[in-house]
Amino acid sequence: MAQAVALDENSLWKGGVEPLKASYGKLMMWFFLLSDTFTFSALLITYGMIRFAHHGAPESARVMVDGHEKFIFSTEYWPVPEHVFTHFPLTHAHLPLVFVGLMTFILIMSSVTMVLAVEAGHRMDKLAVQKWMLWTILGGIAFVSCQAWEWSIFIAGSENGLNLTEGTKIFGANLIHNEYGPPAFADLFFFITGFHGTHVFSGVVLNIIIFFNVANGLYEKRGHYEMVEKVGLYWHFVDLVWVFVFTFFYLI
Amino acid sequence: MASHTVGKFVPETSPESVKQRAAIWRTFWVMFGITVIEFILAFAKGPFHINHLFVVIVFISLTLLKAFYIIAEFMHLRHEVKLLILSISLPVIFIIWFIISMLYEGNAVLMVR
Repeated sequence: MAQAVALDENSLWKGGVEPLKASYGKLMMWFFLLSDTFTFSALLITYGMIRFAHHGAPESARVMVDGHEKFIFSTEYWPVPEHVFTHFPLTHAHLPLVFVGLMTFILIMSSVTMVLAVEAGHRMDKLAVQKWMLWTILGGIAFVSCQAWEWSIFIAGSENGLNLTEGTKIFGANLIHNEYGPPAFADLFFFITGFHGTHVFSGVVLNIIIFFNVANGLYEKRGHYEMVEKVGLYWHFVDLVWVFVFTFFYLI
Repeated sequence: MASHTVGKFVPETSPESVKQRAAIWRTFWVMFGITVIEFILAFAKGPFHINHLFVVIVFISLTLLKAFYIIAEFMHLRHEVKLLILSISLPVIFIIWFIISMLYEGNAVLMVR
């Protein structure tokens, strides 16, 4: 009998029947994520619009130096992103896209550990949920750290900087000056990856809170691990957004 | 999966769990494969002078494919009721319109610059 009562409390809303066969929290998480989709779409579409409103790089911007293609940056035209993000920690080698590739791998991997935590939750396997949540948190922290490193490289700029016609030089990028192209390029980089990074950071915080609840046996007592599923939805969404940022900011 | 019953512990060796985890890893390998293809294309497009429009179309299609796998499998939307799937996916129409209109607008700004 006690079980039947608990079942009703879980599957029915206060007003009665459960719409869309989903609990209140899960449904609201879906609609929140839909609204967040619009926010991120607006940011990425703004990137597209501003990029289309600038001149593309001319053929003369690409020159061959020591066997690999070198890109000449100018504030007159939009840079090719793979020539901007070419650094990798602990090496001076020219490695375009490799670091972002690593970040993408870390985030997809942490998405996998998150579904594994959700799966373990369905089986009421507390230890497995704990283990996979911990891996997910580690993946999130690793991703945010990678992003911090990439930002610092982008802000610091190259050794030679960019010569302007008035004889001044620009080193690195900030919201006003940008060594790699029009200032709007740096602005959009900071806004879009920054907004995504904030989401990853809040995801890590949420995951840590849920991890503690799991470890304290709260969901064991409650009889289900639905909270893990809800933060899981949020976490996958963060991964989903990154897939788009990766394509539209770095690949194209 | 949608409704929650008060659960009992099930070991990870149970057939259903083994099957589910196999499906999770299959999805992972598909997404990993797609990312590898994107990488190969990103490095090959310069030296082999692959048509730019073709590259962009392939990148966007692969991205949408990855997005489908994340939403359908990881976020489990494919296994929810039809009305929930529709309420989440239909509003995306507005985004498609937004993309078309803003890219057109961007071009127009460039023309008057």
